[in-house]
Amino acid sequence: MIKFYLNGKPQKLTKADPNMSVLDWLRTEKRLTGTKEGCASGDCGACTVTIGSPDAAQSGQLRYDSVNSCIALVGSLHGKHLITVDALRDEPAHPVQKEMVECHGAQCGFCTPGIIMSLFALHTESAATGSAPNDEAVLESLSGNLCRCTGYRPIIDAGRKACVQTWEGNSGGTVLNRGAALSGPIAADSANAAPGLSGPAWLQSPDMIADLLKIQKSEANLRSHQGYRYNTPTTLASLRELRVQFPEARLLAGGTDLALEITQQLKDLPHLIALGGIEELQAIHEDDDGIYLGAAVTYRALFHKLAERWPHFGPMLERLGSRQIRNVGTIGGNVGNASPIGDMPPALIALGAELELDSSDGVRRIPLETFFHGYKQTDLRANEFIRGVWIPASATDEQLLIYKISKRMDDDISAVLGAFWLKRDGEHIVDCRIAFGGMAATSKRALGAEAALRRQPWNSASVSAAIAALEAEFQPMTDVRGSAAYRLQVAGNLLRRALLETSQSTSETRQPLMVTDYA
Amino acid sequence: MRKLPSNIPRTQEAARGLAGTQAFHDSAWKHVRGQARYIDDIPEPEGLLHAAVGQSSEAHARITAMDLSAVKAYPGVVAVLTVEDVPGHTDIGPVFPGDPVLTSDLVEYVGQPLFAVAATTHRAARQAARLAKVSYERLEAVLTAEAALEKQLFVRPDHTQQRGDPDAALADAPHRLQAQMHVGGQEHFYLEGQACLVEPTEDAGVFVHTSSQHPSEIQKLVAEVLNLPIHEIQVEVRRMGGGFGGKETQAAPLACISALLARHTGRAVKYRMARLDDMVQTGKRHDFYNTYDIGFDDDGILRGADLMVAGRCGFSPDLSDAIVDRAMFHADNGYSLGEARVVGHRCKTHTVSNTAFRGFGGPQGMMIIERAMDDIARHLGQDPLDIRKRNIYGPGRDVTHYGQTIEQHVLPELIEQLETSSDYRQRRDEITAFNRQNTVIKRGLSLTPVKFGISFTAKHLNQAGALVHVYTDGSIHLNHGGTEMGQGLYIKVAQVVAAAFQVDLERVKVSATRTDKVPNTSPTAASSGTDLNGMAALDACETIKQRLVNYAVETYGVNADAVAFANNQVQVGEQRFDWAEFVQQAYIARVSLSSSGFYSTPKIHYDRATGQGRPFLYFANGAACSEVVVDTLTGEYKVMRVDILHDVGQSLNPAIDIGQIEGGFIQGMGWLTTEELVFSEDGRLLSNGPATYKIPAVSDTPPDFRVALLAQSPNREATVFRSKAVGEPPLMLAISVWCALRDAVASLSDYRYSPPLDTPATPERVLAVVTATQRWVDGNATAGLNDEGAPSCTHA
Repeated sequence: MIKFYLNGKPQKLTKADPNMSVLDWLRTEKRLTGTKEGCASGDCGACTVTIGSPDAAQSGQLRYDSVNSCIALVGSLHGKHLITVDALRDEPAHPVQKEMVECHGAQCGFCTPGIIMSLFALHTESAATGSAPNDEAVLESLSGNLCRCTGYRPIIDAGRKACVQTWEGNSGGTVLNRGAALSGPIAADSANAAPGLSGPAWLQSPDMIADLLKIQKSEANLRSHQGYRYNTPTTLASLRELRVQFPEARLLAGGTDLALEITQQLKDLPHLIALGGIEELQAIHEDDDGIYLGAAVTYRALFHKLAERWPHFGPMLERLGSRQIRNVGTIGGNVGNASPIGDMPPALIALGAELELDSSDGVRRIPLETFFHGYKQTDLRANEFIRGVWIPASATDEQLLIYKISKRMDDDISAVLGAFWLKRDGEHIVDCRIAFGGMAATSKRALGAEAALRRQPWNSASVSAAIAALEAEFQPMTDVRGSAAYRLQVAGNLLRRALLETSQSTSETRQPLMVTDYA
Repeated sequence: MRKLPSNIPRTQEAARGLAGTQAFHDSAWKHVRGQARYIDDIPEPEGLLHAAVGQSSEAHARITAMDLSAVKAYPGVVAVLTVEDVPGHTDIGPVFPGDPVLTSDLVEYVGQPLFAVAATTHRAARQAARLAKVSYERLEAVLTAEAALEKQLFVRPDHTQQRGDPDAALADAPHRLQAQMHVGGQEHFYLEGQACLVEPTEDAGVFVHTSSQHPSEIQKLVAEVLNLPIHEIQVEVRRMGGGFGGKETQAAPLACISALLARHTGRAVKYRMARLDDMVQTGKRHDFYNTYDIGFDDDGILRGADLMVAGRCGFSPDLSDAIVDRAMFHADNGYSLGEARVVGHRCKTHTVSNTAFRGFGGPQGMMIIERAMDDIARHLGQDPLDIRKRNIYGPGRDVTHYGQTIEQHVLPELIEQLETSSDYRQRRDEITAFNRQNTVIKRGLSLTPVKFGISFTAKHLNQAGALVHVYTDGSIHLNHGGTEMGQGLYIKVAQVVAAAFQVDLERVKVSATRTDKVPNTSPTAASSGTDLNGMAALDACETIKQRLVNYAVETYGVNADAVAFANNQVQVGEQRFDWAEFVQQAYIARVSLSSSGFYSTPKIHYDRATGQGRPFLYFANGAACSEVVVDTLTGEYKVMRVDILHDVGQSLNPAIDIGQIEGGFIQGMGWLTTEELVFSEDGRLLSNGPATYKIPAVSDTPPDFRVALLAQSPNREATVFRSKAVGEPPLMLAISVWCALRDAVASLSDYRYSPPLDTPATPERVLAVVTATQRWVDGNATAGLNDEGAPSCTHA
């Protein structure tokens, strides 16, 4: 049985297919059809809901994140508060709804509920922190919401305007003037909406939070009538045991890729073991030697930690998936998935990261780059799981550059991702590690290019030699994201960009090197 | 006598929300609350079944065997139908035959429906449909327009429009250039995928809820497939979650298949395509292969042009005849071609049948002449805007290659205004200076016009009907043949009705489009929705108003001209009556308060035999100035600033019109930049989902985006309140982005080389022309400058 809250009301699920998405549960079981299916692959955001989880950083308050309900499985709701657009039907309207109307932010309206929920999450966050989001934050919050009608300008305006307003309870809110709209006020759907959801208080109901904290401590299991299983272990010991007992079961972290097997390939996954309930896997430890990230740490949680130490992680992580993906996707999932186009592995390999693998046989640490054996093939043993990633700190003469290349800036999988760790002594390269995504069947180090640079002057001649080495050591494939020739040319040019970026003196006028520099 | 309504708001204030004001979309509050119902949100009838189809895995083949036993045995499957089970027509081609509803013989694209499954759940239907064992005898597949041209494989005959003697003009011209280009297609990516819900009626027919731009066609096709008279079928469309042309003909197969399953099982059937299936199985914007051969003088003014546009139609005609025609009608965009020939080919390929998409071939046709304008500028070393301005239609240069005279010259003044308001000249200088100083990032700028012909080129479609009822509380019910896909048609026509009666907009309610309310409707397409349905609704209102005037004249003994509708009241001589009060009087006096209305577009004609005529009632105009930055190391780019000035005549709703302009522009930008349809060598669509097919996302919106409506520019033609159509034209404003990308890359050659940038201009294609430009510069640095290297090729 799993337990959670939906729009302020407690829910229990006992006999449910663990392959069922939150979206399908809402639409088919609850007949709450406000949340839409646009793609069922986590790419369009029409299904966006907001999920509240108890957050230590906010002193036990619920933290609300936007999530793609089409690729979130029902089991992942255990101990959470799911909010859907259906909760926002009472007067007074939420500021994001009011502004979306007044800015003419909806045309066909199909993407609108998802946009409302993404902006609702942004509004809730800014209300909690007491600071209005800047334009970048508004864009980031909408990075996973596609709209085909408006061109986004009125939606961006609505986000800007809404997030500086407070959402009042029943007593005080502005009553909206619907003078020019055809539809009059719409009565709340009494069957499904919880009472009194018109103000912010119910979002942080102490009773609900206390209950959710209790639920989270319980191990939950789902079993469908065909015998499909879903386990949520809460301890490492329990996870180790499950791994031994059910080596065929699939490990589920954020599920942003795994769920596609269910929704796109129409596979039934008979046994899932979810990792989100184990505290150790959420751990982040850091000291002068480096930073340790538990396998289930989400991109959202690691974003600032990594960007503070290595500034290039900032722009790259902003382009890794969308906000909805970053809210649930995990570092362990990205590594364990072993996709050749995962964005974290090349950067982590360039930094010399180590992987911590855990099992009933004990814990072992291996260099991350040795983990990948081939396309989606890894060193992970049948009883093992990824426990965490250790990333050594960089010294002041060491620098990490990461460049992601894709067709679209937001939410696009890389054609090429280049990561360059450089240790320099004045004008010479003392040491370097270079790794690429999208250039081979796995994330792969450019050993030849590294050798061409090591102990050489950091200049254009050395870079040309390194590019020649790249061309010898990589035979990328041609696919929907780019041709082999383009990938090879760009990989080389990213090395040129790295040289330009690191050798521009601060005294002279710096020329922009990337389109994102120019704004 | 039954009691008449009495609790009615009374006001003597000026009516609110009339045509010309910024009323919100009629469903705006439902949209933001998740309460707007789309097909999949309709409460499900008891016993509902879900449909899916088995799909061809081959692009071109004969089916030698089809074993459906595993499909039939799959848990939850209730019915499996093949083409042999169809009681009526098996061909559902919308205009010309060629689209089998199901096939068990010849397959002509990957994804073609072979058989239909009905099951108790959506997932079971889809899972079962994958279990068929089908054997094929493979045939040669032709996949590109060029390959089809070579093999002379066409879905319809070609067509030529010619004015003057282009061959002589080309031979005599001081300068001559030739080039070829590929213009990519586009997936509609309406957020709501194709869907319908079909319920059997108590008679032999069905009731169809569908997400379609063309309910009347669905009604007819379903009737034909079921072998029933049309009146047995009712079709309703409340709204679509986006259409863009993709639901003009492409919704019909789902309705036909669902109707077959519903009649076969006696149960309601829902057919909702998963995104993957929608992308693979439904038609897209045609990609084109175009060529030009142009002659011009030293000022860059065209003397003659020989243009060829060849659309990849896919396996069947669908709407391709009209689409390639429209590409031909727009191969001049806003420019006088001089003595010109335009030839259009309808290439047959073994791919999904391409279909209507916002602009309907017009954008693809315009691309060739916009490319030519830039190429002339590079060839002569002049600013592309100067070349465009010299070639724009104006008095004395006002007849198109198909013989229509441009009667309202909006563009010359519009371009002047935009050139000034966008600071084009100053920014041009700044950008040129920037590009000299920066080696990696290059900036580009371009200002391009749009002239788009308004009317269906199939003349008979230029008609519409409406139905208006006035009830005894003064509230008004409006229904018309147009469908709502987000474009704001319902609210605009409601505003027209409110304006006709001079009552508040809240008094007007629009209901779902239904074939039993307004029959024999045209598709909501060709940007014509408001022009046609607005006029039809106005006609209905005028009929009712005339009856009310007659009643006033008879009852109060005034002259007809003493009766006026204003301020939510009816004025009769010196007396004023509240609107509802007067309506009640008329009802008691047995005056009919309901009327249908009708409109057919005047003046238009086109003779296919001569390729000459006046196919368009008028033209919508606009221009955009776009600035981009390009990374010459990776080909990545960003659109930084866009200024748009657009002509919507006298706007019916400025907020809705600006929404259409902004949205159309961004959609056009996606078409020309990141939206890439990639097919494998065996004809499978590889970019078959949003993970691989990238429509613009929020960060792609230009940070500086300035959109204005051309002031004081009423339509010269007698359209509804002198407005102009706005649905499609703005899409082509985005051609300025593509031209700006070429401009940025051309800076590498000091603007002497015109980069041959095909579309979509993905970062990969941009980097390829960066490399080509650098090679051209290197070649000319060693070989000395000449005029050769720039665009040239031979005709296909």
